[in-house]
Parts: sequence; structure tokens; C-alpha cells
Amino acid sequence: MSADGAPRVAVVVFPGSNCDEDAAIAARNLLQADVKMVRHDERALGDPDLVVLPGGFSYGDYLRSGAMARFSPVMESVAAFASQGGAVLGICNGFQILCEAGLLPGAMLRNDGLRFVCRDVHLRVETKRTPFTLAINKGDVLRMPIAHGDGNWTAERGAFEEIVARDQVVFRYVRADGSRGEGGNPNGSLDDVAGICNVQGNVVGLMPHPERASEDLLGGSDGGRLFKSFATTRLAMRGA
Amino acid sequence: MTVLVKVMLKPGVLDPQGKAIAGALHRLGYGAVSDVRAGKLIRIEVETDDAAAARDIGAQMAEKLLANPVIEDYEVALEAAPAPAGAAR
Repeated sequence: MSADGAPRVAVVVFPGSNCDEDAAIAARNLLQADVKMVRHDERALGDPDLVVLPGGFSYGDYLRSGAMARFSPVMESVAAFASQGGAVLGICNGFQILCEAGLLPGAMLRNDGLRFVCRDVHLRVETKRTPFTLAINKGDVLRMPIAHGDGNWTAERGAFEEIVARDQVVFRYVRADGSRGEGGNPNGSLDDVAGICNVQGNVVGLMPHPERASEDLLGGSDGGRLFKSFATTRLAMRGA
Repeated sequence: MTVLVKVMLKPGVLDPQGKAIAGALHRLGYGAVSDVRAGKLIRIEVETDDAAAARDIGAQMAEKLLANPVIEDYEVALEAAPAPAGAAR
């Protein structure tokens, strides 16, 4: 924790990351954060309050999305930070990397329609137990864009039952009215999962891009609610 | 030695590429095609003459990087040694 009021946010930059600046801007505008861009080959995160793994196409998405980024030196630091309870947010490719690294359960398959899908989707908040949803109501519907070809999250049947039982599903794809069904899920993910967390709840990954819907100028501010929720959580923790 | 690592989606895991290929084959008139699964073949040159060591390193690489155990199975094989010099090609 930084001594002054401003949170410190580390945004990891892999070769092929392309949403790193967007994430930094969202952190600066919504959290008034002191943002540090951390290269994939660095190890020092800079004592952050939050680590963001941004979207993009790290290592060209070769082999499997996120498979190579997982072995970057910086990921050892991210794993250590996460194991101490540090807040980690993986967006799109960042989510894929967290799954490949084993920091989140499951894996990504090609979208079931085989196409890269780039459009707005609706997400329903399924749990308040993460720093990014603590200040959002369960059941709230958020609109954010997606832009991915490999977002079809899946897990083995037994593993998924545990994920559900442990309240690790954070976001599900829904229709605009908040209901699940035809037209809601853009990629065929298991049980309409759009985002999950680890058992402790401090590591969250999602395929949609909250940083691209972080203020009205961008066409929507629902994604900003994740950042604002993090700010609320942090203040609550500091007050405790 | 040349190590071949074959990576396939596990049985039961949806394979959208395989489905698309099957659809294309049906459109080409191959009505006998009942299922298609698409995988990856990774060919790795390893500097060793020890077949067991080559297989072992191939399996290690598959476990660490080449396959994702949540969704994929792998097989390791060695490519047959090239024909001796002077043999007809």
C-alpha cells in the first residue's frame, strides 16, 4: 500500500499487448492512480495495489493464446503478488494468460462460431466477492465490448462444479434484459461464463474490456464500475 | 533426433475447427465423413542420439508448454532417421 492516497497500479506490457495504454488511462482517470508500465522481462512490479494484465495478442497468440506469455519473467512476480492476496485483473488476453499460468482455472478454446467477435455484450455480475465487483450489485447488467477469437472458456466437468460451488463465476454473458439464453453468449463459453476469479477472489479475469467502456466519451462507462469498485474496496481495507 | 509432438483436443472437448472442416468436406461431397478433429503437429530437432532421452525431453516440453492439460492430450514420437547417404530418394 502506498502511504499517500493514490493507488499504485502496475500494467504489464507483453510483446503484442495492445490495450496497455487504455488500461493505464482508465487507472489514471478513474483511480487517480500512479501507473507503472512493467515490461514482460522485468521482475519489479513496484509495490502495487493492483496489477493489470491487459488485452492484446501476446507473442502473436502462437501455440495457444497466453501460452508463451505465461513464462515471461514478470509472471513470476505476478504469481507471487497474487499468492499474497494482491489484486490482479486480467482483461481478454490477460485472462487467457492467467488461465495458462494456472492462476485461474480452466482454459480457452476457439470461439464456437470460429470468428473473431468484436461487439458490445452484456454481462451479469454474479458475485460481489472480488475487489472489482464489491461495490456493484449482484445481478447488475453491464455493457462492454469484446474483441477476441479465443474466448470460449471451458473447464473439466468436475472442476467446473467446484468453481460454481466456490462462487468463482464473476460474470456471465446475458441478453440486454439480464436473462440468459440465445443471443447472449458470443463465443460458446461453458455455462455462459465471461469472467472468473480464483478461490480467494483476489485474481479476476474476464474476456470483455472494461477499460474500453470506462467513460461516457468511449460510448459507455459500465466498465469503469470495476475500477471504481476496486477504489472503494481499497479505501475500505485502508479504513479497517 | 527429430521429435514429433502431436497435440489433440481431448475427446469430448468441442473442436470448432474440426466441425468447420467436416462441414467443408461434406459440401465437397465426402458424405462418408462422420467426424473431424483438428490438432497440431510440432516437429522439434533435438541434439541427441539417445532415443529415450529425446522422447523424455519431448514429453517434458509437451507437459510444460506444448499442450494444455485442461483441454489437450499429447503423444510423443520420433521421426524415422533419414535414409543413409547414397540411397535412392
